[in-house]
Amino acid sequence: MRTAVQSRLRPRPVRFRGRSYMAFALAPELPVSDWLADIDGTIGRSAGFFAGRPAVLDLAGLTLAPAEVAALIRELEGRGIRIMGLEGAEAAAYGPDLPPVLTSGRVLTAVDTAPEPANAPPDATPPSATPAARAAPQPAAAPSAGSLMIDTPVRSGQTVYHPHGDIIVLGAVSSGAEVVAGGSIHVYGALRGRALAGAGGDRRARIFCRRIEAELLAISGYYRTVDDLDVALRHRPIQAWLDGDTMLIAALD
Amino acid sequence: MANVVVVTSGKGGVGKTTTTAALGTALAQSGQTVAVVDFDVGLRNLDLVMGAERRVVFDLINVVQGAAKLQQALIRDKRIETLWLLPASQTRDKEALTDEGVARVIDELRQRFDWVLCDSPAGIERGAQLAMRHADAAVIVTNPEVSSVRDSDRIIGLLDARTERAERGERIAKHILVTRFDPSRAAKGEMLGIADIVEILSLPLLGIIPESQEVLRASNLGTPVVLSNPTSAPARAYMEAARRLEGEDLDITVPTDKRSLFTKLFGRRAA
Repeated sequence: MRTAVQSRLRPRPVRFRGRSYMAFALAPELPVSDWLADIDGTIGRSAGFFAGRPAVLDLAGLTLAPAEVAALIRELEGRGIRIMGLEGAEAAAYGPDLPPVLTSGRVLTAVDTAPEPANAPPDATPPSATPAARAAPQPAAAPSAGSLMIDTPVRSGQTVYHPHGDIIVLGAVSSGAEVVAGGSIHVYGALRGRALAGAGGDRRARIFCRRIEAELLAISGYYRTVDDLDVALRHRPIQAWLDGDTMLIAALD
Repeated sequence: MANVVVVTSGKGGVGKTTTTAALGTALAQSGQTVAVVDFDVGLRNLDLVMGAERRVVFDLINVVQGAAKLQQALIRDKRIETLWLLPASQTRDKEALTDEGVARVIDELRQRFDWVLCDSPAGIERGAQLAMRHADAAVIVTNPEVSSVRDSDRIIGLLDARTERAERGERIAKHILVTRFDPSRAAKGEMLGIADIVEILSLPLLGIIPESQEVLRASNLGTPVVLSNPTSAPARAYMEAARRLEGEDLDITVPTDKRSLFTKLFGRRAA
């Protein structure tokens, strides 16, 4: 995620104000057709993932001709993803028919679609900021959207996605089902499917369940399959959390 | 007003068609009018299991497309006069079914029958979704093995999302029917036990049909097992399942074929 910032100009007859907004930064990888297939996979797993969310196309490290970029933007628009700007590209290389080139985006760790306060101060970082400075992580400041309560079993093939909070499942999560939360995941039943907590990058997220038979546990991108789970823990109530770069799993009682 | 019941499973070969025929026959034996509808367009089997394959003139596709009237396509059972079959087409595919056409046919069947049993094709695609679309209740047929149970779980998720009732915010009644169950193998841990299946699927049990040669023999004869050998274990299990479907509260047991020591010692029972 990057924050796109418009520069504030000095007051003249017409006044301009800077605003910063959140946007997805999509970084295509070559070959583009494979990357589009991955995007289709994401949309297939959780329809509406990109709905209503502006996106920026990060072209750093790619050498695409303007016509290729235009074709890529059309492909993405066909999938309901609207590109509001380009990043990591030379502004001079792209004509006025393409979205403007943005600079000085900041990486955010959590997905947040709410616009920042209107009077947010303009970013003072000059456009020539070094990549290291641009990549400096911001503290995860996802506003809590409350927790999502599911009072039915999560069946095979179903995905529950709640990007800004905890998910509480009162029944079981079946084999072949997927629960994805920005925060922690609590399952008051058997967890047989996949549980992905801290999906926006929150390393403090945890996974709790009454009975562990899960196919996959993931916290903030670190994952473990239950194949390498201690046999003594299987079928027991557990919690999982991150300690540094290691996922720890321990019995709850 | 009729009860529309879909018999479904996700996985193929678990006994949907056998179950549709047996439950339909058992319900019709009590004098209620029953239509069994084969939704497996392109791979029709229900006509064979019902022993009506030589009497098919018009089929579900003809009625859906308006080429034939419903009463022209319905085939009356020769043994039980309140039991009717609406066969599928073998020469067409599931794309020939239209949403509106299926809705109209189910609506017409509702007016005429007490029970409409829809035999779903395997899979989770359009054919299976059309079969479940208008159901008031579902019988989910499951074998005691993990792949069948997981596929059933997937189908239950679809039943909660893609049926007309679900879209109106209502629930459809869902029951599990375990078929091909072998108590001795389950006890040895070679099969999933009933408790495991009920725990994974978290739905009430409609019945347990024991593994039996009688089921295969009945299919080959073209006679539903409740008619071909009414005292056999699977026949009794299906008859009890039909009574539970009507709302009776019966204890669930696993009927067994009780063989005397004599028959065990001196070969098979004459069949």
